[in-house]
Amino acid sequence: MADLLNVQGLETQFKTREGIVHAVNGVSFRLKEGETLGIVGESGCGKSVTVMSMLSLIPTPPGKVVAGQAHYQGKDLLKMSMDEIRHIRGSQISLVFQDPMTSFNPVLTIGRQVAEPLEIHNGASRQQAFDRAAEMLEMVGIPKAKDRLNDYPHQFSGGMRQRVMIAMSLICTPQILIADEPTTALDVTIQAQIVELVKRLRDELGMAIIWITHDLGIIAGLADRVMVMYAGLVIEEANVKDLYASPQHPYTLGLLGSLPRVDQRKEDRLVSIDGLPPVLLERPNFCPFAPRCIYAVERCWKENPTLLSVGTEHNVACWVDPKTGSERA
Amino acid sequence: MSSNSKEVLLKVDNLVKHFPITQGIVIQRQVGAVHAVDGVSFDVYKGETLGLVGESGCGKSTTGRTILQLYRPTSGNVLFEGRNLVELKGEELRKTRRRMQMIFQDPYASLNPRMTVGEIIGEPMVIHRTHTNEEIQDRVADLLALVGLNPAFSNRYPHEFSGGQRQRIGVARALALDPSLIICDEPISALDVSIQAQVVNLLEDLQKELGLTYLFIAHDLSMVRHISDRVAVMYLGVIVELADRDELYNNPLHPYTQALLSAVPIPDPVAESKRQRIILQGDVPSPVNPPSGCRFRTRCPLAVEVCAQKKPEFREIQPGHFVACHLV
Repeated sequence: MADLLNVQGLETQFKTREGIVHAVNGVSFRLKEGETLGIVGESGCGKSVTVMSMLSLIPTPPGKVVAGQAHYQGKDLLKMSMDEIRHIRGSQISLVFQDPMTSFNPVLTIGRQVAEPLEIHNGASRQQAFDRAAEMLEMVGIPKAKDRLNDYPHQFSGGMRQRVMIAMSLICTPQILIADEPTTALDVTIQAQIVELVKRLRDELGMAIIWITHDLGIIAGLADRVMVMYAGLVIEEANVKDLYASPQHPYTLGLLGSLPRVDQRKEDRLVSIDGLPPVLLERPNFCPFAPRCIYAVERCWKENPTLLSVGTEHNVACWVDPKTGSERA
Repeated sequence: MSSNSKEVLLKVDNLVKHFPITQGIVIQRQVGAVHAVDGVSFDVYKGETLGLVGESGCGKSTTGRTILQLYRPTSGNVLFEGRNLVELKGEELRKTRRRMQMIFQDPYASLNPRMTVGEIIGEPMVIHRTHTNEEIQDRVADLLALVGLNPAFSNRYPHEFSGGQRQRIGVARALALDPSLIICDEPISALDVSIQAQVVNLLEDLQKELGLTYLFIAHDLSMVRHISDRVAVMYLGVIVELADRDELYNNPLHPYTQALLSAVPIPDPVAESKRQRIILQGDVPSPVNPPSGCRFRTRCPLAVEVCAQKKPEFREIQPGHFVACHLV
């Protein structure tokens, strides 16, 4: 299938008092039509900054996208004027944020907020937009949706608010839905409700999804392809089955080993990754994971690995094959 | 493990904690109560880890705090090492408190930013006057080494440490007075995945080394399965099921436990694709007006008439496996 989105060499930096923080250091990826891409990583690895950069949502200053391209429908999103990108955000590419408690305007009714994208992007009248908003709320499972259009955000629970946010982001039937940790603030039974909802809507509406999370569990049941990030770099990308069946990067291996499972119990200790993620104040010329890596060899300290192909659509940025412990050919 | 052969360290008996809701500014009158904990009973055996799981607002943290008498219970008894903490006051309570400590959830908020790490870890010994000043310094160095930090760090301030390291400082502080019971209130939920494993391994090592007993409060069911010997599941202020770890996870009997376990994602796409999820409808009701009868009946896929009329009894179905449900 055709590439819907093609991001190449994205780099984003932030100026801080301590110096320049290199948040994203050359991220490239493609998103196909109807595909669900999972971006996984720990806090500060640059997963949110990557998509925010793509949509020009980085506050400038202090942040700045210093390099890269993001091609969408033959145009580079990063070269667009604020007006042009504004037409794309919310209508063709839309976002769902992590915290359903703070992402709504507390003084506007839910109806106004859900209907707003339709009024702005499609020029719908208030009445048309409200009717459509009621339909969307019905679709995401808000009971008696019509009667709730005039309610305010505080009258909804966390899970319900996240449903409303999804309704708002889908009202213009976007081609790409970007979900930035949409279930992190929710309880596990509510999280299951939201994941089921997104899966159903994906099948009904056929949009592509970029799902950002730190939870390797959610991604396993949701994504087609997964991209693992560390220190502002993509360190491994693969189809979801390949990634979990044969992880190739020591960091991915460590992450999977550190996760206990609810359906079985390992008798042994959890694998822990010693040390801490690096401070991104400088860009090292060696592998950023080397200081925590148990497989590191001399070359890891001299050269930062680029993504190498290790299978069908399976790429990894590591000099060492963790199965043999020696350098890759 | 059989429940008879083990020594009971902590016995919680019908613990109730209601927080009053008041109205009025000058003359306050009580107009209602948040039924945070509503009749919770369980035993914790010496040397074991009891996991207490539930969703936010189910009263698991309040249970932990009420056991330590950080909140005074509305009613019920807490027997710890043979003494009823509810009846203790003042100096006697303070002395008993040395034996039970707490590790808090947020390693950023639970350490005083103006104290050095040495002062933080040494403070319990200063307050309880158990050690002289020189002894405290030695003990702080020992404790730092014990939790895997460099003893030379004792002059540093909390902001110089990462989240995982701060949680280690919190653990060292909890160990300062040689407690027998440690209540861990979501000790890892603020940490990144790779750091969570470090802290959990540390807690397990310390338990083996020092013979500690843990009450491990958490919402992460996978981690609770890893660390606990027995697990209690809470819903809206009551325990709905309690059993040995493998029994609970392999043979959950309460509909809520079943739904909760089926909702946890598994980091394995093959296993995920085969799973049958029980998706609960709606949200947890408000603890101000909990449903009559069984608390779970408003979301329960199996609820029948009797569930609304009668409160299910928390009874032992098999040895060591307790459930509160009419249909089991």
